[in-house]
Amino acid sequence: MTIKLQPKVLTGTHFKNGNWAIVEGAIASGIAEFFAYPISPASEIVEYVTYRLPAVGGKAAFIVEDEIASINMCIGASWAGSKVMTATSGPGFSLKQEGLGLAYMTETPLVCVNIQRGGPSTGLPTFSAQGDYMQVQFGSHGDYPAIALTPWSVQECFDLTITAFNISEQVRSPVILLLDGDVGRMMEQIEIPKKEDLVIINRKRPPPGTDKNSFKQFDITGQDDLVPPMAHFGEGYHIFGTGLTHKDSGVPLLDEDLHSELIHRLYKKVEINNHLYPKPEEYYLEDAEVIVIATGISARSALQAVLDAREEGLKAGLLRLITVWPFPKEQIEELAQRAELVVAEMSMGQLIWPVERYARKPCLLVSRIGGTPPSPAMILEGLKKARKK
Amino acid sequence: MEVHQHPEKKYYLITDESRCKGCGLCIAFCPKNCLGFSDEYNDKGWRVAKMQRMRDCIKCYMCERSCPDFAIFIDENEQTEKEELLKEEKTQEEKKN
Amino acid sequence: MTAKKKTNEIDTSTMVKNPPKKFHHPYDELLRKYAIPTIYCPGCGIGTTIQAFLEAITKYTDIPHENIVVISGIGCTGRASGYINLDGFHAIHGRAIPFASGVEIARPDIKPVIISGDGDLFSIGMGHLAHAARRNIDMTVIVINNSIYGLTGGQDAPTTPVGALTKTTPYGKISYPFNLSQIAIANGATFCARYTVYEFTPLAKAIARGMNHQGFSFIEVISNCHVNFGRRNNLGDAIAMRKQFKKARVRMTEKDINKDWHKTDIEFKVGVGFTKIPTGIFLEEKERPIEFSERIVNAYEIKKS
Ligand SMILES: Cc1ncc(C[n+]2csc(CCOP(=O)(O)OP(=O)(O)O)c2C)c(N)n1
Ligand code: SF4
Ligand code: SF4
Ligand code: SF4
Ligand SMILES: [Mg+2]
Repeated sequence: MTIKLQPKVLTGTHFKNGNWAIVEGAIASGIAEFFAYPISPASEIVEYVTYRLPAVGGKAAFIVEDEIASINMCIGASWAGSKVMTATSGPGFSLKQEGLGLAYMTETPLVCVNIQRGGPSTGLPTFSAQGDYMQVQFGSHGDYPAIALTPWSVQECFDLTITAFNISEQVRSPVILLLDGDVGRMMEQIEIPKKEDLVIINRKRPPPGTDKNSFKQFDITGQDDLVPPMAHFGEGYHIFGTGLTHKDSGVPLLDEDLHSELIHRLYKKVEINNHLYPKPEEYYLEDAEVIVIATGISARSALQAVLDAREEGLKAGLLRLITVWPFPKEQIEELAQRAELVVAEMSMGQLIWPVERYARKPCLLVSRIGGTPPSPAMILEGLKKARKK
Repeated sequence: MEVHQHPEKKYYLITDESRCKGCGLCIAFCPKNCLGFSDEYNDKGWRVAKMQRMRDCIKCYMCERSCPDFAIFIDENEQTEKEELLKEEKTQEEKKN
Repeated sequence: MTAKKKTNEIDTSTMVKNPPKKFHHPYDELLRKYAIPTIYCPGCGIGTTIQAFLEAITKYTDIPHENIVVISGIGCTGRASGYINLDGFHAIHGRAIPFASGVEIARPDIKPVIISGDGDLFSIGMGHLAHAARRNIDMTVIVINNSIYGLTGGQDAPTTPVGALTKTTPYGKISYPFNLSQIAIANGATFCARYTVYEFTPLAKAIARGMNHQGFSFIEVISNCHVNFGRRNNLGDAIAMRKQFKKARVRMTEKDINKDWHKTDIEFKVGVGFTKIPTGIFLEEKERPIEFSERIVNAYEIKKS
């Protein structure tokens, strides 16, 4: 079949949905492969990427046998030198957990999109939710430092996909793009910049002239950012990766001290690169006496609630988290000292856990599950209640 | 490492006691019964296999290929190989003539 | 009598006191030497299979070593990739094949070789194997069939013969075992061979032939886990098990290729052991469907306008 070559970056103004924007972001970032298994509400991504990627000269965009295969194929392709992405929703994200653990352990750059839907189990397949927040950080066994970003608009779906790839490449770690179904599906105006105005960053590679025999795939000597340069298969470095606790050569060694050193380094690596992760967005925080913390679609509702509150004379503010993991703890600590905190989310209360932990005081939860975000009225009521305390 | 050289054919057979796990496969599958357990134990505690009758060895590689631990192997003596090749050529030429 | 006694004497006269050079195993360059000795029990067939693979890539195929990636899953066999000094990856349990598929699709010039266990590839990872075979992805799968889950201590695997005693079938295995080669063929493998670890050279040659084949090639290695399978079934040690393989193997010949692959069931009698192990090259499709990466390239022609 003959297909017409399409531009990699669709510069200009479009009226599209979030899923579309994610695919465009990924293609602009330069993905070569995409592997996934269809699931609502992420199917649209899968469908659109299989149309777009071959037409920009990408190697392959495929439906594979299941989500476990897709995440492991992504890891393989990344080790072979590709930028890769996979996309799924709750049940598939659960299946990917063991593979994601492997990606954290082997420091494999890749982006995994999770368009959240109602759960547990099959739950509300086509309805929106924010119930996978904890799974991102605690879903795979053991300790690992997750990185996750949550957009709240179609524009941000595009922008943050590029950011997610840049972080993933720079930190040598998987990055989760954690959306609620609503942001994936809603239509908005989106502005795609010119190709040359996009900042695309690729992974650190062994410098030219590196001795192939002595190269170590996880060696951080001389790397201030604690990120080891990454060699690829087929380049003669004889690299080795394993999910087992390993030395900087990649060779496994089951040793208590080594394990501790390795896991601490992974945490430190993610922490030290903090400047790369988008900061929370602040609305009316200067004089706020009560602050709502929210992400994604709930944050849009919350912003309306803050505006309504201000109208009524209540000094309310909004802190919208964009980077949801690592959790912006300093900011919460600071805000908690001068204001009451409210958390608005589409779950029984997941985001409120780290908020309360760092606020070191009880915060008020405005929760709504079943597919609709907490309404501005619900959040406004919460703001008032929290203020009165 | 213990090195034996075949008295006529000059190739070497090497046993590496640091790698041997004493499974006995090489001993059992040697068609000429050349190998045997030594009285030595290596530092991992395995009783190691050693060459006992190199004269009988026919360089069949059975020991090298049965060994799961890369602990026994043959090293061709290139010098002798070359000599043998020359000899062979000579005899063939003689035959022709 | 006296003559025999004489041959049993240890002859130290051939020992070389000051060897003329430093000797090393012919495959030392291809081993991660610091990882040797392996974790394997003495006499385990996995080590022999690793050697057969190294022999294959050294002697019987021209594929540049730089283009080979050895991938394994979890299990005793799973550790194989860590001992081989090539590009390698030790994936999670059952997922060596999808990892390898990712590598192959991203870099079609690379030849992924999977060395993994029967449990890893045919229990937890069975779905992936079927799909990789169906897609005819250009990779070589070497499965070590030792009839058991070795690493975890000897629980029954989908390859454990009926009646066999294992840690989790203390009254004898009830369900039927898989015929791995048949499964691979049925799902679309375009090359398939089976050998026991006793048949070293044919095995090495078959591995190379499988690697030279473009498309999904499958090599089943019947191996001895005397420690966790043999011991509980009175099969003796590594030596006894390999002698049994030698006796039980029934070699197919070149002319049987592509014909009798459906007559390859392994026979096992409780209390006796393996009584029949058909080995040989079962299938080699010459007019193969084009392998996957090539099909991707051929699938669409991009019009630049
Ligand atoms: C998801 C998961 N489940 C279970 C295990 C435990 N496990 C490790 S190896 C193994 C079986 C290995 O058997 P096989 O593949 O036949 O390899 P062998 O040890 O026999 O070579 C199991 C069940 C695991 N590592 N991961
Ligand atoms: S090469 Fe053959 S004859 Fe010689 S020791 Fe080894 S197995 Fe025995
Ligand atoms: S086969 Fe190898 S490990 Fe086993 S006894 Fe012989 S030399 Fe030692
Ligand atoms: S348990 Fe079995 S398969 Fe594992 S190393 Fe020992 S003999 Fe080999
Ligand atoms: Mg097994």
